[in-house]
Parts: sequence; structure tokens; C-alpha cells
Amino acid sequence: MRVESMHFKARAHDALANPVLQANLAKFGSAGLAQLRAQAVEAYGAEAFERLRTAGAEIRDRALADLDTYLERFEREATRRGATVLFAADGAEARDLVLEICAVHGIRKAIKSKSMLSEEAGLNEALAAAGVQPVETDLGEYIIQLAAEPPSHIIAPAVHKSKDEVADLFATSHGKPRKTDIAQMTREAREALRAHFLSADLGISGGNFLVAETGSGAVVTNEGNGRMVTTLPRVHVCITGIEKVIPTLEDFATLLRLLTRSATGQAISNYVSFFTGPRQAADRDGPEHMYFILVDGGRTNLVGTDLAEMLRCIRCGACMNHCPVYKTVGGHAYGWVYPGPMGAVLTPSYVGLENARDLPYAATLCNQCGVVCPVRIPLPELLRKLREKEVERGLRPTSEILGLRAWSWVAQRPRLYAFATRWAARVLRLLGGRRRRMRRLVFAGGWTAARDFPAPQGATFRDLYARRQSG
Amino acid sequence: MRVGLFVTCLVDLMRPSIGLAAVKLLAAAGCEVYVPPAQTCCGQPGYNSGDRKSARALAEKVLAEFEACDYVVVPSGSCAGMIRVHYPDLFRGEVVLLDRVRRLAERVYELTDFLASVAGPHRIPGAFAGTITYHDSCSGLRELGVKRQPRALLAKVPGLELVEMSECEQCCGFGGTFAVKFGEVSAAIADRKCQAIEASGAEAVVLGDLGCMLNIEGRLRRRGNETTKVLHVAEVLAGEAP
Repeated sequence: MRVESMHFKARAHDALANPVLQANLAKFGSAGLAQLRAQAVEAYGAEAFERLRTAGAEIRDRALADLDTYLERFEREATRRGATVLFAADGAEARDLVLEICAVHGIRKAIKSKSMLSEEAGLNEALAAAGVQPVETDLGEYIIQLAAEPPSHIIAPAVHKSKDEVADLFATSHGKPRKTDIAQMTREAREALRAHFLSADLGISGGNFLVAETGSGAVVTNEGNGRMVTTLPRVHVCITGIEKVIPTLEDFATLLRLLTRSATGQAISNYVSFFTGPRQAADRDGPEHMYFILVDGGRTNLVGTDLAEMLRCIRCGACMNHCPVYKTVGGHAYGWVYPGPMGAVLTPSYVGLENARDLPYAATLCNQCGVVCPVRIPLPELLRKLREKEVERGLRPTSEILGLRAWSWVAQRPRLYAFATRWAARVLRLLGGRRRRMRRLVFAGGWTAARDFPAPQGATFRDLYARRQSG
Repeated sequence: MRVGLFVTCLVDLMRPSIGLAAVKLLAAAGCEVYVPPAQTCCGQPGYNSGDRKSARALAEKVLAEFEACDYVVVPSGSCAGMIRVHYPDLFRGEVVLLDRVRRLAERVYELTDFLASVAGPHRIPGAFAGTITYHDSCSGLRELGVKRQPRALLAKVPGLELVEMSECEQCCGFGGTFAVKFGEVSAAIADRKCQAIEASGAEAVVLGDLGCMLNIEGRLRRRGNETTKVLHVAEVLAGEAP
């Protein structure tokens, strides 16, 4: 997928100026997943859930500390059960591997269940160019594929669209009378997808987890499409990141409790599917050939660094559901696969800090994300670390750095500081006038474009207190 | 007990009434209040902008100025959080200084946290006739656990009635330099906060961080709301609302 993260500010501006998007985002915010999560956590018991978060973080850390060992174990176990495990250094390599598999097996149509990695790799475009028709089967992904748009949320990819927009899209794409009843619209999509499910020769899935001890992949879905994608076609490819490996099935049980509650407030999703190798002699269904494509795509660069905690991420989306910035500008503003706080760390890490320099700063550091993260990723801390790297690498505007240094320099000189602030308080007080506030202020246009700037009271605390002490 | 007041740069420059209110409250709680005269800024702007060096220099200054106090009290959740939570990170790996910083950090309290949790029972000097709603600023709430403390203290103020707004824990969109760098996004987030404040019907919104106050007041006024007061919790508790 093309990286547009350099244009965060412009894209955020467009998002704010789009009334339909704003209405859709407002609906998402008020009736959204954050409330469902809160209810699920309460039902589970708040303290017990905190212990579960700790356990989840420990499992992920254990897996990541010996990533190579667990990946080798996974490869061994999966291979023993008849699957082929392939490693790809990046999205482009993963894409080439999928195309090669398509060529070997004579694939014409691929049905897909949700995979963020296939977005990283730009897989759909590559498949189409190679003459293989890709069909997204997750309802949200299906909608945005029809609209030719990227996802704006990792688990609710079409959350930026209203029912009316989807109704228009279906009427045009399905060539049937426009429907606005959600049950009817869903039925229409099911009918359209059913034909694809039955005629595809390749199923491409993501993988929420890779279980090292059994060599299994696992996907967590609500629509059941994941199970069909992984069992109906004669070839199945699971494409996911190398960091998704966990040691045991027991670990999976712990992480699943966290994942569904954090994502959608469900105690468990409607479907939890495991795939362990291709169809065996006694199996009634399953693919004849099964591949795992495990992609690095910048992940090993994070291992052992001060950003390594990010690799714990289990892709629940809770951080974006709770993010004031995401809820205001939506996912497309972030300009790549992963939006919200997760994206603000992942995007610079995977596509280069210089290609996403706004993202680490596009956060208020309110830590709503950090307190809900199921695996305790300290997202605001990681954003701060990325900011430090930007300063170290000279990626910030000179004026900004000079401003910070000047402030610090003056603040280390109390007499000068007292003098400067005394005059600043007086001048700003005068500028504030009778209304005691400013509609415009030099160097603070970003502030005053949509807010007044309250004027100071006129004297500094330092002076008032000194006067009081001496009087 | 000798309590050092860290006034914060924003209070010093913009709204000294908050600092004076804090002095009054601490005195009412029986503290010996000490205000280091050369204090300036805690270093938060540099720290949150990726300029560790600037932040560290100011942190050393704060350390030297407040080390001798039994407690350090700050009328701001974000500045208190900066010292209490983030200073140790600034000095990680520096054996001698880190130890001193840790000993300082654990004695640093946000004002209402100190009054409610550390200072013994005492009279609250303020009075307020009317309804208020309370905004939980992010750093105080999520770094320091400041939630029930201001409410417990406000409940003792004669005449004051608290009505909770919806989503009172939601960020107001300030975020320090974020408010200037991404002014448009920041103001849009602030707008939602203003709507919640107005929908509560309260005459005043009360909170514990001046940065958030400036943001909320600035957006309220630009929206044409000239009546809802924006007050610091110290001003209300001390009966010193301007």
C-alpha cells in the first residue's frame, strides 16, 4: 500500500471538512466499541482483567524474547503436518510468493478473509495485475473493495461509511434495487459472496496467532467467512507477520480472552478457527495444499530496541477506539495500513520515520490507549521515543528546535526569565483588552484559528508573591 | 511539614490566582509553605517534544530547588506527573542523580491528591454558589490516579453542586504543543468537550490543569459561549475564583 503518512495534516484537514465522514465518526464514537469493551471488562471483573492484561503481556514478551526459536518450532511442527512454511523479508517478497503459488496451482480466483499484512503488501493489486481475481469476504472489507478504498480501522474497515453510502454502493455493484434495511443488505452481500466462495480455487487468510507447539494458525472472526476461506478452496495461504507466533495453545486461550473483549467487547468471537496443515486422509474438508507466508516487513528491526514492546500488539484496535485524535479524523488521515496510536508507532517503524514524521506528534499523549491496551504497550512512551529519534535525526523544523532550546535556555536563568515573563504578562494582558482574550496571536496561529487565547491576569505569580511576602 | 509549592510556568505567567489559591489551601491544611523563588519550568515541553536535553537541564534545576522539602505540591496534574513519573526516565542509567531524583519523585503530589490523601483533615476555605462540572485532565487522571480527590474536596465546599458531564475522562485536545502543531484537530476535539460541558448545564467547568483550561476556555468563547466559567479547582476550593 502506498504511504501517504507525510500528508497527515492535510488529510486530517480534509477529514474535518467532510460532513458525511464527521457524522459517521460521531456515530462510531457515541455508540462504539469503547463502550462495549468497558461493559465486557466490568462483566469479567476489572481487577481480574488487569491480571489478564499482565499475563497477556508476559506471554507476548516470552514469545518475542525467543522469536527465532519459536518460529523454528512453528516451522517444524507445521511442516510435519504437511504445510509449507515460507518466510518473506518484506511485503514485496510476500507478494511474489503468493503470485508464485498462484502460478504453480493455476489459480484464477482468490477469496480472502481479513489480513492487514495483505494490505501492507498491496496484495490485491498484485493479484489483479497477474490475472487472479481477489475477492474480500469480510463484509467491511467487501464494502471497501467495492469502493476501491483502503480500510480505515483494523477490525471495522468500513466504519467511515454510512449505511446510505453502502446502499448506493451495493445498488451500483450488485445491479439490484437499492435496499436500506441492514439485514436485507447483508443478505444481498451474502448471496453475492456465496458464488465466489464456491468458485474460488485459493483462500487467503491472515493469522491472528501462530501456535508454535502445534504448527497451527488461528483466525478470530464474527462472520464465519474466515472458516470458509480456510477450508473451501483447494489451496490455502495464511499470510501474517512473524511476530504473531506464541508458544502454546494455553497461551492462545489467554490472549483470546483479551483480544475479543478489547476489540468488540465480546467474551468470545462467533468463530475461532484453527488450521493445522492441509486436509488429511480422514478429514471431510480442508485444502489440498496449505502455505504459511510469514513476513518480517520491518519487525526484526524492532526486536531488542526501545520500541520492542510494540511487537506485543495483538491487533484488537482498542487504542484507536479510545483515541481522541482517531475519533476526530478517522483512519484514512494516518495514510497507511494501521491508523490510530498503533499506526503512529508502526508506520514510522515499518516505512521509515522520515516518511511519517507527523504521526508521532499527532497525539495528545492522553494515554487513553495505554490504559486499554490488552498487552500493556506503553503507547505514549513509544510515541515520545519516536519524537526523540526525530529530534536526534534532525527531522524536525529548525524553528521548532530553536524554540524549545530558547525556552529551556531562558528557563535556566531565573532573573532573565522573571524579567521576560513579567513583560510578557503585561503585554499580553494589554493585547487582551476589555474582553481579556485574543482572537489572533503571532506564532500561535494554530491555536487561534479556531480558539481564542485567554489573556494572562497581568502580573506574574512570582511578583505578586514576592510583594505579599515583603509587605 | 515543609511543603514546597511548584507553581508551574503557566500559572506563574497566565493565572497567578491559582498559585495564590494553592498557597492559601496549603496553609489552611497546616503546612509550612515554601515557594522557591527561582523556580521556572519542569521541562515538560522539551520532554514531550523529543528534546530530552532541554528537559533534563530543567529537571536538574527542579531537583536542586525542591530536594530539601518534605513534600512538593503542584497545582497541575501534568507537571506533577512529569516530575513524579517521567523524571526517573530522564535520569535512567545515572546512578547518583537517579537515586536523588527517585527520592524527590515519590514526594511529589498533585494539589488535590495532597490535600485529600496526605494532609490531615482540615477546613476547606472556599464557598461557591452554583453548579459545576468536573473535567478529569489526562495526566492527573491516568498518571497519578487523581479522580475522587478533587470531588471529595469539592463536596465540602458550601453551596457547590457537582453535575457530571458525559465522558468527563475524555481528553480536551490540548496536548501541549499539539494544540498549536495540529490546531485544527485539537480544536475539533475541544469542541466535543465544550458540547459535553454545555450539555451538563453547569455554570462552571472546574479542572486541575491550566493548559486544559486555556484550551477549553478558548474554544468555549470562540463558540460564542460567554457565560460558562472555566475555573481551577484550587481557585474554587480557596474561594478565590477570579
